[in-house]
Amino acid sequence: MSQADKMKQGQFTNPETPGYVGFANLPNQVHRKSVKKGFEFTLMVVGESGLGKSTLINSLFLTDLYPERIIPGAAEKIERTVQIEASTVEIEERGVKLRLTVVDTPGYGDAINSQDCFSTIISYIDDQFERYLHDESGLNRRHIVDNRVHCCFYFISPLGHGLKPLDVQFMKAIHNKVNVVPVIAKADTLTLRERERLKRRILDEIDEHGIKIYHLPDAESDEDEDFKEQTRILKASIPFAVVGSNQQIEAKGKKVRGRLYPWGVVEVENPEHNDFLKLRTMLITHMQDLQEVTQDLHYENFRSERLKRGGSRKGPEPEETDKDMILQEKEAELRRMQEMIAKMQAQMQKHGDGEGDGQHV
Amino acid sequence: MPSQPQGTGHHTPVDTAGKSPTPHKQTDVLPSGAPITEKPEEPYYVTMYSPGTVYVSMDMSDIVPPEVRPKPVVPAKPPHVGAPSPSSPYPPQGLGAGTGGSSGGSTLLGYIGIDTIIEQMRKKTMKTGFDFNIMVVGHSGLGKSTLLNTLFKSQVSRRSAGWARDEKIPKTVEIKAVSHFIEEGGVKMKLTVVDTPGFGDQINNDNCWEPIGKYINEQYEKFLKEEVNITRKKRIPDTRVHCCLYFISPTGHSLRQLDIEFMKHLSHSVNIIPIIAKADTMTIEERQDFKQRVRKELEMGGIEYYPQKEFDEDMEDKSDNDKIRESMPLAVVGSDKEYQVNGKRVLGRKTAWGVVEVENPNHCEFAQLRDFLIRSHLQDLKEVTHNIHYETYRAKRLHGNGGLHPVSTNDTQESNL
Repeated sequence: MSQADKMKQGQFTNPETPGYVGFANLPNQVHRKSVKKGFEFTLMVVGESGLGKSTLINSLFLTDLYPERIIPGAAEKIERTVQIEASTVEIEERGVKLRLTVVDTPGYGDAINSQDCFSTIISYIDDQFERYLHDESGLNRRHIVDNRVHCCFYFISPLGHGLKPLDVQFMKAIHNKVNVVPVIAKADTLTLRERERLKRRILDEIDEHGIKIYHLPDAESDEDEDFKEQTRILKASIPFAVVGSNQQIEAKGKKVRGRLYPWGVVEVENPEHNDFLKLRTMLITHMQDLQEVTQDLHYENFRSERLKRGGSRKGPEPEETDKDMILQEKEAELRRMQEMIAKMQAQMQKHGDGEGDGQHV
Repeated sequence: MPSQPQGTGHHTPVDTAGKSPTPHKQTDVLPSGAPITEKPEEPYYVTMYSPGTVYVSMDMSDIVPPEVRPKPVVPAKPPHVGAPSPSSPYPPQGLGAGTGGSSGGSTLLGYIGIDTIIEQMRKKTMKTGFDFNIMVVGHSGLGKSTLLNTLFKSQVSRRSAGWARDEKIPKTVEIKAVSHFIEEGGVKMKLTVVDTPGFGDQINNDNCWEPIGKYINEQYEKFLKEEVNITRKKRIPDTRVHCCLYFISPTGHSLRQLDIEFMKHLSHSVNIIPIIAKADTMTIEERQDFKQRVRKELEMGGIEYYPQKEFDEDMEDKSDNDKIRESMPLAVVGSDKEYQVNGKRVLGRKTAWGVVEVENPNHCEFAQLRDFLIRSHLQDLKEVTHNIHYETYRAKRLHGNGGLHPVSTNDTQESNL
């Protein structure tokens, strides 16, 4: 029952059942407002180059986020540090608008010495939080743009025997700042048994190192059985082993997205072949939850840390000038002490020359 | 065929007047009527002839064209000494060049039997067996152990206990060498597999090729020490790395920096064969693109992988090796499990969408790698290691510790330098 209908009915008549106020209508109002406003979602993808991140993103959202992409050779990669590239795309489906920002991190894990490759990423995440905090505490809070990273897909190589030292360190550095969803890339390298073993191994290592990955919330008890079952299956399949592709291949008479090998066709959307559909389902059905957790958990953590550290200051500049001031004060003190010493020396000389009274200053 | 003692009275030096011919000498005459000289059987030349052929001896040099004489290249030693050992100055293949090729097609007046030297060497090799040392380098999880097991069709890798490994990644690069004796067709091979766990696995992989380079040089050093001894062993144990298989990760993009650095530093000490591991990650087109990109990058980095262009000896070698170089790096898949495909049992990997057959040339290039590595270039790998890489090391060392780790000077003073 929309507002317009009510007006059409003419009057503010009493609804059928007594005791019925009508605020059960609220969700619909919220729904309409949100649809008009559109949704924002920021997804970060991290992983070594060559793991199929771009292909997977394109497959997930059925777009081409990187139309003019040149893949650099190894020689060109030598001097590069990790960079942050954010691409935004507006997708619309059945009237619902989604403003999707994908943050890519080329150069991660490529260098021979990857010691510093995640400091850039962490400062990016912090910057987004900082900006939101600044906007939120500002005077005009009407149009706050939410660029905070809501979810981070971490791509694990299927070739190893579990997590690499770099994977562990990175996830530990960001698990308190962003929702981490581990994803096993290029899963068509693995047989079924290998996939199971790798998943178990990864989960064990995540437990062992105390890494907090994103956990799907349990289905509410009032949801229907299907949804509960789906949630159970999703939870059991983490980390998701995915294959991405945007090429259409002919298989068994119909066109599917997949990869064509001499020994068979891997179908991207076949749940027996890989977990692509599960990943997509999880992302779509839990987009709201991811945003909530980012707001309620990670952002609040960041905010309390910042406020504890900086009092009511809002930017890094005041801190810096503070330090500058302290430095200047210290320098002034040093100069004063040097002057005093010089004075003392001069006086001692004078006394020494003139066989003085032996009085010390 | 044992030679029959023959002689005529006036030629035999042993016969003195008045003495009856010693029982083991008989007078005989060729069917053609020509007299035949006979010399007491010397232990140096194996004589083999059949009726109707001319028995060539050193005396008859004025009658027979000189080229037919066995060339000095042939080791003039009794067959029971001088097995084809690495310290022998004449590589066995030089033999083929010495007798057949360089004589420029001289016309033999009959069958001499020089070509039987191949048979003799074969028998020798079968008795003594030979060594082969192969090193595998690549970060963990690229299927190095599985590939070796597949190549040599036996559990030669140190981790033969399947997949369930609970070993942690070591903090530094370790070198682990395991030896096995394999026998096939009567030929014994001592295969040593040198594994390098920990390579490329750390966060900071600076200079992780150094332990490997050191190990390779240590083996050369060991060999050099044995060689310069005054009393040498009959057969110096050869632990030098003959071949290094470098595993490239199948990202589909390009080489990693670490790959280029490693190959730059070590391609002049050891034969490096780059291969693309776990090639079932890529479709055929992706594979071709990737290979081209990798080859270009290797060229740009000035990396000479085996078979090196500069060591091609003749046109035949060059054309064979060119064909191989065109398809390198080879994209391989390894497996030690068998599955039933079209009624045959094949080695492969079974997935939900099909079976990747390891030995099917349409699926991957494993068969090509095996043929190249084992069936055609095994001996060549050893030779290039001995004649070129080892010699380079030796020259550097003998010119006075030019940048290599110093050796205690007492040794060099005792030696025959």
